[in-house]
Parts: sequence; structure tokens; C-alpha cells
Amino acid sequence: MSSFTTQDSATRISVGDAITPEDLSSSGAAADEKTARYALILGDDSLILAQRLGHWISRAPELEEDIALGNIALDLLGHARFFLTYAGTAWGKTEDDLAYFRDEEEFRSARLVEQENGDFAKTIARQLIFSFYSHELYSRLVDSADETLAAVAEKALKEVAYHQDHAAQWLLRLAGGTEESQRRMQAGLESVWAYVQELFYDAEPTAELAEAGIAVLPSSLRESVMERLTGIIEQAGLRVPEIKGAFGADRSGRFSEQRGFILAEMQVLARQHPGASW
Amino acid sequence: MSAQSPQLHPVEATATTEQISEDARRAAEEARVGWERFEQLIAEDKRVEPRDWMPNNYRKTLVRQVSQHAHSEIIGMQPEGNWITRAPSLKRKAVLMAKVQDEAGHGLYLYSAAETLGTPRDELYEQLYTGKAKYSSIFNYPARTWADIGAIGWLVDGAAITNQVPLCRASYGPYGRAMVRICKEESFHQRQGWEILYTLSHGTQAQKQMAQDAVDRFYGPALQMFGPPDDESPNSKQSMAWNIKRFSNDDLRQRFVDMIVPQAEALGLTLPDPELKWNDERGHYDYGDLDWDEFFSVVKGNGPLNHQRLAHYRAARDEGAWVREAAAAYAAKQQQAAHDAALLTA
Repeated sequence: MSSFTTQDSATRISVGDAITPEDLSSSGAAADEKTARYALILGDDSLILAQRLGHWISRAPELEEDIALGNIALDLLGHARFFLTYAGTAWGKTEDDLAYFRDEEEFRSARLVEQENGDFAKTIARQLIFSFYSHELYSRLVDSADETLAAVAEKALKEVAYHQDHAAQWLLRLAGGTEESQRRMQAGLESVWAYVQELFYDAEPTAELAEAGIAVLPSSLRESVMERLTGIIEQAGLRVPEIKGAFGADRSGRFSEQRGFILAEMQVLARQHPGASW
Repeated sequence: MSAQSPQLHPVEATATTEQISEDARRAAEEARVGWERFEQLIAEDKRVEPRDWMPNNYRKTLVRQVSQHAHSEIIGMQPEGNWITRAPSLKRKAVLMAKVQDEAGHGLYLYSAAETLGTPRDELYEQLYTGKAKYSSIFNYPARTWADIGAIGWLVDGAAITNQVPLCRASYGPYGRAMVRICKEESFHQRQGWEILYTLSHGTQAQKQMAQDAVDRFYGPALQMFGPPDDESPNSKQSMAWNIKRFSNDDLRQRFVDMIVPQAEALGLTLPDPELKWNDERGHYDYGDLDWDEFFSVVKGNGPLNHQRLAHYRAARDEGAWVREAAAAYAAKQQQAAHDAALLTA
């Protein structure tokens, strides 16, 4: 019988010496209330985007993209698990308590990541914006005075660099492919552009934490992120959409219609069996 | 492309002019030498490699088997992918995502292995798209509950491993080597499936019931993954002679039953077969008859989800067509630009 199973595992959740969410929760690192609220913002963005991207698996235009989008989703889910685990230390909660048992108004995700996948071009547009934003964010968060946030940012930064590359390559390819792909890529950008500015909203308590050198002030990312986005869109020969930021850019969830559906699907099983272990 | 066995292709019949006759004579000679070498490789249980001469039927059998396996990985992404957005913990979600992604990767290795036999990937996709190609029938059953993800890992991947470990020694090199890597990942999948069921069967009453229900539904179809009984499996004999297949369907099925009975006991779950009992004389577990009418009905396209699985695959291909066209157009433009630049600097 033993000849029918191999002893080593080819698939691992984390590679080599990389820290894991489990390491984090057993490390004794504890966030204070404000840092935890900041970590929730970072964690929720990654979690919701991972949830959206996970839906692509088995539906992508090419097998290689099933793998690529799955990989990106997996990375983002990993980031979410770190941030939520760390946030939970402030309130004696686990990552799963926070992911599965918070209601809509308690989530802090931006509307950008909540947008529906749409066609492949829309997903790429969303990926382009989010990966450029988070790359800039993590490249500064690595210097955070909070050691845990800095360590997570360091791990995430390497992965997000690849996400950026993936989105930028597809932007160029779709913009420079056929007439239809160019039209769709332009439409994809237009469809999510109203939600870009929310990423730069200085939600409470980021301003205070930024002053203490713990958080990166979102509004301080605007200029460089927009410059880079504008640059790549123009390089692709597309127009930078002239669409103003949508009202209600405060991460409160009060202005999102999608969040409820996302959570209903994500939380359904866990909530059917409260207190159960999985 | 591939030469025929000399016995099947009398050279004289095709020679109409001297030149053709000369070409045919040379081809026949190459085929004769190739055939002898092929027979020798098989006799010595060595690997046949893509550039080696091989009989047409060997090539066809392999393309069929390897591509069916690849298609199974691709369609197999659907029942499990179905639970990615609803996995009940973030860790389970991560493991499941990694698993489904592994399956896409297995599909890729296998399509690549099939391509070394001279059939392009697009042609294989087309065969799946049109419904001409088969894939493992097990994926035409629904993954309705979270426990099904456990049962699929434990029983379906378990049966797959039992089938696939001997394939690591398959005579065709690229296939055997792809299987080595696939088996390593599958064994991880099986363990995580077993662990999902273990957690459920040691959880709340509702969780335990969910686990038992999943095992009840997947047990029979999993046993049927080894194919029809030996006396109804016409292709098996030739595949065994060519060292592609190493054990018969029934032998593998028996091995699998012997493996899962103690595992089910450890889970605290029962297998839905009243005739399942240890046979001291045979040194194996006896098991009851399987519903082969159901099996053939699912193979012929009437399983619970045959239509849905194929429609999902087709929708993904259709909706992605413009992306593939764009990527091809972009690559052609890039190539042209590089070509023009090279001319200018020449």
C-alpha cells in the first residue's frame, strides 16, 4: 500500500523560510486597536480581490491564465490572511472570525476590488490599478515602524511586482492586439476608473498612524501611482479616462451594492455552522 | 508523419514510378529498423522517446489516453472550483485554490506530453469542445457540499493515484515523466481530502452527516474510475503489451478498495457497500457489484452534469476567443516589428 503514496508533498502553501499566517499568530505579535483597524483596510482589499479572482479559475481565456489568475488570487489571499490575523490579535479574534463573521458595514474594502469581474479586459483594468497602487504602498510599508506590517509588506511586495507585470503585459497586448481587444481594454478602464480615487482616501486612523511611521498615508500615494498608471496607459496607446472619482469614497461600504453579494457567497457555509471547525 | 508497420504496408503496392519506388523502399527499410528497435525497447522495458519510431496504433493509443487524462484535469477543475468562493475558512480556501491550480498545471504537462506525439494542443481542445473526446466520468457528478471536496480529494484523487503511480513507468518517456510530478501533487491532494473528511467526521453532528453523505455518493463512482471489469475492457490487453498499462482494471480497483477500507475506519465513516468484507483466503477485501448501467449511461453523456460541464468549458473558450486572437495578433505585430528592425540594421 505504501508504494501507492509518495511521502513528500510537491505543493506547499508557503515556500522555504517565508513567514506564514500561522507563524504570525503564534509569534506573540499583537496589534494595538488603531494598527488593527489599519490592517483591516489592507486585509479586506486583498481578501475581496482574491475572492473575485478566484471565480476566474476554470473560466479563463487560456489554461495559462487559469493558472496565473489563480496564482495572483492565492498571493492576495495570503496577504489578507496575514493582515487579518494581525488585526485579530487586537481583539482576540482569528482571521476566520474577521472574514466570515463581520457584516457588510464592518468591512473596509475599496469599491474597486468589489467590482464584478466583467470580461477579461475589465479584470485586467482592475488588476492594473490595484497592483500599481499596492506595489507603491508596500514599497513604502516595508519601512513601517511596526515590524509585523513591515515583514508582511516585504513578502507581499515581491509578489505584487509580478502582479503588476502580469497586468501591464496584458494591457499592452490587448491594447495592441485587435480592434476588438483595444475597444474592450479601453472600456475596461472606463468601467472601473470612477473607483480609483477611493484608494487614496485617508480613512481613519491612517493619518494618525502615518505620522507615527506605522502606516503609509494613502493620499501620499496618489501622485506616483497616477503618474505610473497614466504612463502605461499612454504607452499602450489608450486614453486615460476622464472620469471623476465616484462619490462616497470613504471605504465605509455604505455606497456599495456588490459587497453584500460577495459576503453572502463567501460566508454562507461558515455561518450555517457557527462555532464549527473546518 | 509516422511510419507504418512494414507488415501493414506492402511497399510494392504503392510504387508506381522508379523514384517513388526508391522512396518507398527507403521508408520501408526505416520502418523495419524502427519497428525492430521499438520492439526491443518494449521487451527491455525501456522508454520510447518522441523522436523514436513507433507504430501508429501506439501513438494513437497514447494521444487518446494522455489527452483524455488532460481533459479530465481541466473538467475536474469545475466541481472543486465551484467551492473556492465558499470555502469555510481562509486556510481551506487557500489550499483549495492551490489544488485547482495544480490541476490546471497537470492539464498543461499532459497536453504538452500529447503534443510531443504530434497532435497540437488546439486540436485536443477542439476534441473536448465538440464533445468528441472523453474525460473521466466522475466529474459529471456534482460537488454539492463542502464534504464533497473532501470526498473528491480522498476517493477520486485516491483512485487517480492508484491508477497513475504505475503510469510513472509507462513506456512513453514524456508521459511517464509527467506522471511522476503529477503523482506527487495528487498524493498531497488525497491527504488534504482525507483531512477535510477527518475534521468533518470529528466535528458537529451536521458536519459528520455531511461527510457520510459525500462518501455515500462518491464511493461507487470512484471505484468505477478504474474502468469496466477486465472482461469488458477491450483496449487493456494491447496497452499492457506496450507497457503503457501495468495492471488490469480489476487489479487496480482491488488495490484501491484494500487501501480505503482501513482509511474509512480511521475516519469513522462507513463505505456504502454491505458486501464489503475481508476475505482471508484471497488476502483482499471482497466488494459488491457496481452499477455498470449507470456507469455506461454517464460515459454516453447522460450523467447528472455532462451537459453543464461541457457548456461551462465551451463558454470559457467562447468568451476567451477574443483574448486569444488579440494575443496572437499582438505577437505577430511584435515579430514583424523585430523583423523590420533587423532588416534596418542589417
